[in-house]
Amino acid sequence: MRRLLVLGAGTAGTMVVNKLRRRLDKEEWQITVVDQSDRHFYQPGYLFVPFGVYSAEEIVKPRQRFIPDGVDLVRGEVDRVAPGGNEVLLADGRRLPYDYLVIATGVGPQPDQTPGLLDGGQWRKSIFDFYTFDGAVALAKAMEGFDNGRLVVHIVDMPIKCPVAPLEFTFLADAYFRQRGMRDRVELTYVTPLPGAFTKPIASKRLGSMLDERKIAVETDFLVERVDDKTLVSYDEREIPFDLLVTVPLNMGAEYVARSGLGNELNLVPVDKHTLLAKAYPNIFALGDASDIPASKAGSVAHFSVEVFTENFLRHVRDEPMTGSFDGHANCFVESGDGKALLIDFNYDTEPLPGRYPLPGVGPFSLLKESEVNHWGKLAFRWMYWNLLLPGRPIPLPAHMSMAGKHPEE
Amino acid sequence: MPVTTIAGRDVHVDEEGFLTVYDEWDEDLAKQLAAQIGIDLTDAHWKAIRFLRDDYRTKGETATLRRVTVVGGIPTKELFTLFPKKPAKKMAYIAGLPKPHGCV
Ligand SMILES: Cc1cc2nc3c(=O)[nH]c(=O)nc-3n(C[C@H](O)[C@H](O)[C@H](O)COP(=O)(O)OP(=O)(O)OC[C@H]3O[C@@H](n4cnc5c(N)ncnc54)[C@H](O)[C@@H]3O)c2cc1C
Repeated sequence: MRRLLVLGAGTAGTMVVNKLRRRLDKEEWQITVVDQSDRHFYQPGYLFVPFGVYSAEEIVKPRQRFIPDGVDLVRGEVDRVAPGGNEVLLADGRRLPYDYLVIATGVGPQPDQTPGLLDGGQWRKSIFDFYTFDGAVALAKAMEGFDNGRLVVHIVDMPIKCPVAPLEFTFLADAYFRQRGMRDRVELTYVTPLPGAFTKPIASKRLGSMLDERKIAVETDFLVERVDDKTLVSYDEREIPFDLLVTVPLNMGAEYVARSGLGNELNLVPVDKHTLLAKAYPNIFALGDASDIPASKAGSVAHFSVEVFTENFLRHVRDEPMTGSFDGHANCFVESGDGKALLIDFNYDTEPLPGRYPLPGVGPFSLLKESEVNHWGKLAFRWMYWNLLLPGRPIPLPAHMSMAGKHPEE
Repeated sequence: MPVTTIAGRDVHVDEEGFLTVYDEWDEDLAKQLAAQIGIDLTDAHWKAIRFLRDDYRTKGETATLRRVTVVGGIPTKELFTLFPKKPAKKMAYIAGLPKPHGCV
């Protein structure tokens, strides 16, 4: 028997085992997937929890439900990979040998990496995050109890998963306070290490003016050094006081990646950006957020890359060259408040542009422009995630980005 | 790609003036580039610049600030003192490397 071992049964890991179980002969291939938790969280839902939109039950489901017959789900924490010996060690001492390994353990927020965040006495009192389920639930209470003062939304450093999520949170907070009739009692500030609202120029301009229109102050190029009680302090000694801080802590790959000598300074696995094959080992791939590809860390990227990976993998294990090439395609809805959203569609080489998606001229979605239909698309994504994406069912969207419907000249 | 003349030599640069050809750089050029943005190179500056050059040669990418700190061993605070305001960008500029794309 040949053995495929997948680490992490999140968005990418679950899609991969579903797709490959259908394609790899059961007599010839054993597929195992490891995860430390038996619950699967729909992370895009975390954005809405602080505003009371989703209940916990809507965004958490038993992990086993999404793992197909013929795949072993092992509950355990990965302690290290021994790439020389083609073996994975779990924290409880179990050993799992492999012929091919897929690393799909994602990234997670690490508040301990910024002095004063976790240990300054304000964590979960006036400092919150919404990048974990518990954090989002705790923040919902804080938002409800907040009735005036300075709300600061902050990113420690890039890259983070879903780089638009903190912007979306800011737009939603603005709308939320307006609906409660208290927007004039709240000073909203968006603090980013980037030179603008977003990473790419055209979208950054559009999103930046949306912040202006909503009277949200923006502090750019702000790299936080520490948090002093209720003040953010940057390396160049700027200070931003807050009454409520919603921060996105440094996002890092799993610790075991570092312990196994497989990661970079953020515990991300260096891979070839078109095939996702680890640079250091010919039988290790890294999919989803866990790799160092210069693309957004998003479920859509995981989805499009897994499509390309699946075909490539089938060739790779037959010692044939991998002919598929992932282009960095990302497709993200950006909630903007009041039941509207924008959509951005881009890849390694093309920044988000205005236009229509997926059908030129028709849509139904508008690119880089607010619309209600986009917002419905964002909400519909939750159903698609549980029912189409995770089970690896076909979704009628091409994996590669298309220029059709985009207007570069605007 | 536009060509410009620095220190009496023709070099290839992008729209923002970052060198685009790794081997067109040398230490004399670095001094000129640094002077253009008001920086006088000391040993401490050179340590960072050399780390960036070496790291790029093996990784094919400009190191992020975090990488210079974690792997290169130079505290972020010090980088802000050496290359004020925009250390990642300024270091790349002087080291003759592409602007760090870091963020997507
Ligand atoms: C607030 C927020 C909003 C988002 N919004 C969107 C959106 O609108 N659209 C979009 O496309 N994407 C969005 N994303 C991003 C998306 O959720 C991630 O990009 C996607 O889940 C990545 O999939 P993954 O499989 O790489 O990692 P994950 O889905 O995070 O899975 C990693 C798995 O590995 C397991 N694991 C980790 N370490 C270990 C270990 N040592 N041992 C065993 N198991 C381990 C974890 O338990 C987890 O199940 C959002 C993310 C957040 C946080």
